[in-house]
Amino acid sequence: MKTQELIEIIDGTLLTEECDFSREIKGGCGADLMSDVLASIQPNAILLTGLCNPQVIRTAQMADVAAIVFVRGKQPPLETISIANDECIPLISSPYGTFELCGRLYAAGLPSLENPVVDGNCDCDE
Amino acid sequence: MTDNKNQPITDAMAENITKVEELAYELLINQVMTRDISTVSPADMMEFVADLFREKRISGAPVLRDGTLVGILSIEDLIRCLRAVDLSSPVEKYMSARLITVNEFDPVIEALKTFVHNRVGRLPVLDGDKKLVGIITKGDITRGLLKKLTNEFQHEEIRVYRASHLFEDINSTRTSLVLRYNIKPRDFIHGGTASSYIKRALMRLGASPQIARRCGIAIYEAEMNLIIHSRNGGVIRVEIEPHQITMETIDDGPGIQDVDLAMKPGYSTATEQVREMGFGAGMGLANMSRCVDQLKIDSSTERGTRLKMKIYLKEQESFGDIRGNHTEGTP
Repeated sequence: MKTQELIEIIDGTLLTEECDFSREIKGGCGADLMSDVLASIQPNAILLTGLCNPQVIRTAQMADVAAIVFVRGKQPPLETISIANDECIPLISSPYGTFELCGRLYAAGLPSLENPVVDGNCDCDE
Repeated sequence: MTDNKNQPITDAMAENITKVEELAYELLINQVMTRDISTVSPADMMEFVADLFREKRISGAPVLRDGTLVGILSIEDLIRCLRAVDLSSPVEKYMSARLITVNEFDPVIEALKTFVHNRVGRLPVLDGDKKLVGIITKGDITRGLLKKLTNEFQHEEIRVYRASHLFEDINSTRTSLVLRYNIKPRDFIHGGTASSYIKRALMRLGASPQIARRCGIAIYEAEMNLIIHSRNGGVIRVEIEPHQITMETIDDGPGIQDVDLAMKPGYSTATEQVREMGFGAGMGLANMSRCVDQLKIDSSTERGTRLKMKIYLKEQESFGDIRGNHTEGTP
């Protein structure tokens, strides 16, 4: 799924400058704990979160996140937007909550890119 | 058309200036113009011009009288003459005496502007003494810009190539590259900046996306630990060698009371403020150890904490040639 298509599905508003929209979004992950994101997410996922601080962008950068959606219309501070612009990670705000967003995206064919907690193997190695 | 020649360029406008436009200001007309040109004299017969244009496959020529530019003759002028079946007339009768010229030391953008404002296909180029030194067409400008762009692209490619072959180019018993970052305590705004630089440096050196990701995640958790827990901040030290990456963080307190307990997923001593930021869930050390091949913690409440993580690179992931490059201990 491409970023533009995703924005339409979730009635989203793009908060960052136009950048590379050609990147393929392969699935999704929803979390407010950044350590959970770092522990479970696979590359090229969309991240649904309610956290708005700059750490979300740094986490996304380390974990190769394709784009970030802020749930329930949350507006991140300017520092967050500015780092996202520098790193070319699209930020999107959507009026819906996490459950609704997961449902819409799942129904549109976007799979989960969260690794379940089963073994102690290194899942950050894909 | 609006004339904004005298308006200062704002930052917003400057951002929209493309690389090609930038080059049009950098390149000089004499770097792209044609120097070897055919000229005619006012007294030449138009028949001579017709032969000249056909032989040289050109569509225009400057007209010189005793070395001074007096006009320009284009293929349109020749067509007018042909329609009038008047090939025995002199050049003077059909040439355009309205002279629009450019200076050889002006940037290419001046020629482009002149082309926009005047409907001409070629411009005579004059030197400082008003002597004709060449002709410039839009084709010359396109070719010149493309050549310059190609050159710059090649330079960039070489730069990228050199960075990713750094370790192959340097001969030593053991080569390593060390990156150091000072981390301030409670500096949440800049938290992750060092990790971001480290990940980028690894990519630049040619690390695989998986290796860059594992290092990035591990060092980011470690960097956040320095910001969250350390009393006076600390230092991140990353040593990159062809066969391994070593990442260390060093601080001077408060130290970890019980390292085994701290390693347990879910155990955390973080404050409520830190938890609100999405950290302090007790996953940090567990995350780190899953991303690296070796993790060692040396901590005491007197000296502080020293964390050391290593990632070993397989042969196909290594920076340069592993075999000849880490004969440890040999002189």
